Amino acid sequence: MTRKKYKQAKPLLFDRLFPPRTMMVGGHTVQKPRSRAWLISIVLLIVVAASVMITEFDIGILIKRGHQLWVILAKIFNPKWEYFSKVVNPLLDTIKMSVMGSVIGSLLALPFSIIASANIVKNGILVAIMRVLLNIVRTLPTLVIASISALMFGLGTFAGTVAISIFTFGIVSKMMYESIETVDMGAFEAMEALGSTKFRAFWSAVFPQILPTYLSHCLYSFEINIRAASILGYVGAGGLGILINDRVGFRDYEGLGMVLLTLFVVVLIIDNTSQYLRRKLS
Amino acid sequence: MQTTLNPIEAMYDNRPRRWWIYTLIVLLLTIVLGWSSTAIEFKGIASKGAEVAYGIVYGIFHPDTNLLWTLSPDGVPYLLLQTVGIAVLGTLIGGLLAVPFSFLAAENVVPKWLAFIVRAFTLLIRTIPSLVWALVWIRVTGPGPFCGVVTQSICSIGMISKMYINAIEDLDTKILESLDAAGCNTFQKIRYGILPQLYANFISTIIYRFDINIKDATTLGIVGAGGIGAALIQCINSRRWSMVGAFLFGLIILMLIIDFFSTRVRKRLARG
Repeated sequence: MTRKKYKQAKPLLFDRLFPPRTMMVGGHTVQKPRSRAWLISIVLLIVVAASVMITEFDIGILIKRGHQLWVILAKIFNPKWEYFSKVVNPLLDTIKMSVMGSVIGSLLALPFSIIASANIVKNGILVAIMRVLLNIVRTLPTLVIASISALMFGLGTFAGTVAISIFTFGIVSKMMYESIETVDMGAFEAMEALGSTKFRAFWSAVFPQILPTYLSHCLYSFEINIRAASILGYVGAGGLGILINDRVGFRDYEGLGMVLLTLFVVVLIIDNTSQYLRRKLS
Repeated sequence: MQTTLNPIEAMYDNRPRRWWIYTLIVLLLTIVLGWSSTAIEFKGIASKGAEVAYGIVYGIFHPDTNLLWTLSPDGVPYLLLQTVGIAVLGTLIGGLLAVPFSFLAAENVVPKWLAFIVRAFTLLIRTIPSLVWALVWIRVTGPGPFCGVVTQSICSIGMISKMYINAIEDLDTKILESLDAAGCNTFQKIRYGILPQLYANFISTIIYRFDINIKDATTLGIVGAGGIGAALIQCINSRRWSMVGAFLFGLIILMLIIDFFSTRVRKRLARG
């Protein structure tokens, strides 16, 4: 029998430069790698020093003007209740945008995530291209997408819905192809062996397995979307962001406090409902 | 009597039928969707919409190479570096500030009422959007990258402490008892009993938050908190597409690199 030669794992560069110390412990020779703490600390120190320089870090400003923050925070925590009537409509717009965006984005994500999962699509190049595309979609900041779509579709909630859809599409499809790759493929292969088409096999064998995870991911993205949608108005895409921009511009921090309080309550309700539903799903 | 059916068919016949639940869910979804579809008042593509779309595509494929390679403070490399710097400092300071908060919010360390108060406080930090934090801080520090650093340090506390608390509450305290029995003092108990259990989780959390903060740092620039966002938004609004293309190009490359490395490091940490 020919013995297969396994390549010895090459030691890391660090271990070659600073070879591990050989020690005798209870009659056995043991190799104790050298500590890396000093190297990590030096690298960290250099990175921090460079960051401090490049970001013009100046603790003096905080000490000198820090009390300003408390003035503003005190106003924010003293919300102007009569402003609530003006908050309601933008708030409903924000919720509508995130509901619609979550639904459109999650539906779009499903076919793309199937193409990007390596256990369903056997064509490696197609999967790789798909993943790079999905990665690129995820790197685009939501506010940038929103400001571009506000230029394209005009100011208003439609632009926000488009931005939220794209954002949802990015995160849900990533989470989905990771879940699809962990499903039990036995049933899928059995159905293919019996002569069913790929789509039919996916629909009956894989889809029931991923459906709870899919719904859970959709709810999770909805949770994030409420927060994301609340600031989109800052670039003119409708919702609470318009008010936030407005109130800060007028230095009306009591009004801002009311906007934030409403947002806080809504986020709390939605988070808890969605977490309850997600626990039921898993 | 179901003698004619074989056991498999009998089982299939008794399958749970919850059609009314499904109908209810579908009905609810339809109502919610119908209500929220009023948000989509599609007024047709804005008169210059097609031009904008063309401009974006043109810009991505013809990025302003001058801007892309220059090392001056308005160039893409410097702004990207500044964005990374903001995220690094913001995440590190946030990660450090979150440590006392999370120990004070862990139910196995402090009494329940104190844990609840501190938790509510971190929840408050988490719910206020980072953009609003930046708008508030900008009144204190003035515009510039420093504002971004301060904003991210505060914002990060919310999420990081949530993850820290989970790690702290999962601590195995039996180890402390055995260290006690072996005669260790308090410092040794922390060094050999607590830190090894926490540090992989803490570092993994910080790297995860760094990922988020990098993305956040680009948007914070839009309100004037330094980094690449300010320049990007200005170029979008003044429709200089090849400059927009250069910024987006740099941003995408940076994100892909950081995503790649952070996933690798976190996988290694998870495996131990």
